[in-house]
Parts: sequence; structure tokens; C-alpha cells
Amino acid sequence: MDEFLTEAWDARDVIVGGLLQTLSISALSILLGTALGTAVGVGLVYGGLPLRLVARAYADVMRGTPVLVLVLAAFYMPSVLGLHLQPFSAGVLALTLFCGAHIGEIVRGALQAIPRGQSEAAKAVGLTFYGVLLHVLLPQALRSLLPPWINTCVEMVKASTLLSVIGVGELLLRTQEIIGRNFLTLQFYLLAGAVYLVVNFAIERAGKALERRVAFR
Amino acid sequence: MPSADTPAAARPLLRIQGLHKRFGATEILKGVDLDVHRGEVVSIIGSSGSGKTTLLRCVNLLEEFEGGEVVLDGEAVGYRRSGDKRIRLKDRELARQRAMTGMVFQSFNLFPHLSAAGNVMLGLRKVRGMGRAEARAVAERWLGRVGLAERADHAPSQLSGGQQQRVAIARALAMEPKLVLLDEITSALDPELVGEVLATVKALAVEGATLLLVTHEMRFARDVSNTVVFMEKGLVAEQGPPKAVFGAPKHPRLVEFLRGTRDR
Repeated sequence: MDEFLTEAWDARDVIVGGLLQTLSISALSILLGTALGTAVGVGLVYGGLPLRLVARAYADVMRGTPVLVLVLAAFYMPSVLGLHLQPFSAGVLALTLFCGAHIGEIVRGALQAIPRGQSEAAKAVGLTFYGVLLHVLLPQALRSLLPPWINTCVEMVKASTLLSVIGVGELLLRTQEIIGRNFLTLQFYLLAGAVYLVVNFAIERAGKALERRVAFR
Repeated sequence: MPSADTPAAARPLLRIQGLHKRFGATEILKGVDLDVHRGEVVSIIGSSGSGKTTLLRCVNLLEEFEGGEVVLDGEAVGYRRSGDKRIRLKDRELARQRAMTGMVFQSFNLFPHLSAAGNVMLGLRKVRGMGRAEARAVAERWLGRVGLAERADHAPSQLSGGQQQRVAIARALAMEPKLVLLDEITSALDPELVGEVLATVKALAVEGATLLLVTHEMRFARDVSNTVVFMEKGLVAEQGPPKAVFGAPKHPRLVEFLRGTRDR
């Protein structure tokens, strides 16, 4: 135990650095994925046929492909085309595309669950399509959208570990490097697991607090 | 057809001519003609499936229609002509035209994420471009007129059906529409709540609002209307002042229909 504590203390900067990488990868891909997913969801419900087909194909392909394959593809495929992406950018790109597909489906479901009368009443008041969307549909969709969105956020944090295979120095890769030096396999994997648990638990709690705030009175 | 120089007061506020509407293979409206003049209250009666609600929805451009014309205050709504083709107007134009009419729905359709005042304020702020304070003042005035001044900050879910429908009336009226469309607004209410909503509408009629309403409340239609229109199978079968339509109906289907609703 003493040995582990000493080793952990020595590796603290590396571990914190890895954690920060994990957090920025997750935050970026959730942020970008949410923006993309909102557009995809709106396109799936209200788009014309061509847009709907494109959005549908995108969502199905991304959701049907293992995230690891997406990560590898985002890293290796651009270089074939002569485009060089840093591992970090390639990884965030892959996770964003994955996240956007899932959130697109969540947004689609939330929008479709709103009774037709809502958009009709909003139109009757004289709002344009974007006004209806912005002031009536999305605020209502937000409520049913939050729980699955929080779930997706947690999934993204877990999926960020896959970026270790393309050499992004996030928490898992850093942990493996530490173990490579001191062979305290069990202890350091448990430590990493505990850190992921804390991060995801924090997201879960923050999500619940948010849900209470936006609930209908 | 009224020519361009017909004085605004003389031409009807709403003129529906030869309106045709189909859903797939079913023709719902088969050439409806109807005029509504300024300050007039017109009630549409008829059995389910006669096309009453569809007619209102066409006027408010919630439905597309295949033939005929809806002219509101001299402006053809929903479509423009290009040669002999009709072209559906763009979203922004449709929205502007919809704002000229107010609509109250059978199922209230209040926005559940907004308070009663918020429901009334949304159109004032986002369509009429009012500031928050001004919109709030207008909303409070209208909620007061429907007897709900104290409920301004209640959520729709905290209101009874009758109160919700009165908020919906305030929401439509606060926009100062030229024409108000009321679609079976008491059909979803408990019987004891119908009275408060009808009293609200009656007050609007007395004040000179132009109303086009679909109703199953025969006594109400008789009391409040200048004109009663009986629709049957997608056409106007008979229309006239309530005395004539209810007192001396001519169309055999109307006679039959009124016999069926005598106790209302």
C-alpha cells in the first residue's frame, strides 16, 4: 500500500493531466455533438425528403458502427486523402460524429412526442417555423430530452478511453503508461476506474439538478 | 369579385370562394362559398365530417387547399398566382397572414412551459415585437377581460379546462386579429365549465369582434350569431339569420340535423 501511495503521488501530475484530457475530449464532443444532433433531429422531423434521407443515413451509419472503428477511421482515413489530423482532433471528430447521431435520435423522439396542437397554436399566433421551433417546440423538447442526454454524456466520457488506441494522452493511456513503469496493475486500474466513476457520478447529479430546474410546474 | 376600389367597409372581411380541399382520395370541401362581414358573428353547424373544422383550418392556413380562394381583408391568403399556377406562399408570408386571424382550438393548446401571461405574451413579443413590460401589460389587460387577472402567473396545468380555454381566447384576442376563428371551443370541456367560456365569447361578440365559429351548442349559435351556416358533405347547404335557419329550416338534412340536436 505504501508503495502504491508513493507511486501515485509521484504520478499525480500525469494522472491529473490525463484527467484534464479526458474532460476536454468529453466536453468538446458533447458540446459539438449536441449542436450537430439538434440540427440532425430537427432535420429528421421537419426536413424535406432529401435532408431527411441524408440525416437518416448519417444517424444509422454512425449508430451502427463501433465507436472504436469510428476513432480509427477518423485517425487514418484523412491521411489517405492527404489531410493530417492530430490524434486529439481526430478523436474528438469521431466522438462528435457518434454523439451527434445519438443526440439526433433523442431530439427526434422528443420533438415527435410534442402534440401537434402545440405547433399549430404557435403558427396560429403568427410565428414563423423558426419561431415555433425556438420558442415552443425546443423548450418543451428539452424536458423529455434531458434524461437521455445525460446518459449520452456519461457514454461519451466512457468512450473517450478509446482515444488511447490512437495515442491521445487521456486518463486511460496515462494510467497504462504508469503501470508500464511500476507494474502496479491492479491498483492503478482501480484508481482510474474510481476517477471515471467520480466524473460520471458528478454528471449524473448535475443532470438531476438540471432536470428539476426545467420541470413543468 | 369586389374591385380594388370597393371601399373597405363595403366588401366582406372574409370571402371564401369555391374552396376545395381533399385528404388523399377523400374530398372534404367541395366548393365552399362564404362571406363574413366586419363585426359579424357567423356560426357553422353541421354533423361530424361535414368539413366545418377543415374550413376554419384552411382560413388559418393550417391546411393547404387545392382549389378556390380565401380573401381576407382584400388579400388572397395562402397562395399566389403565377400564370395559371398556384404557388404556396413562403413560411414568412404565411406567418404574417396567420397573424391577421386569431384561432382558438377545441383542445386549448396552451404552451405548457409558459405561464398564462407567458402564453398571451409570446405572440406580442415575438410577432408584434413588443418589449417585455408592454407585452405584460397587454397580457394582464386581456387576462382581466376574460376574468383571470389573478391567474396570470399560473401554469396551464394549474388551471381548469374552462380557465385554460379563456387564456387561449385572451392569447388569440391580444394580437388584435381582424378575424377570430373558434373551433368547437367548448367540446372538450366539462358541462359545468361550458357556460363561462360561452359568456366570454358572447362578450366579445357584443363588443364588435368579427367571429367565425364552429359549434355544437345550438342555443349558443342561435343567441350569438348574425348568420348561421349549415354545412353538409363539404358544402354550405343552407345559411341565413338564426331565426330562419332554426325556425324555418328548408334543407331536408338540416331539418333532420336539428331534430337530432333539439335538446341542446
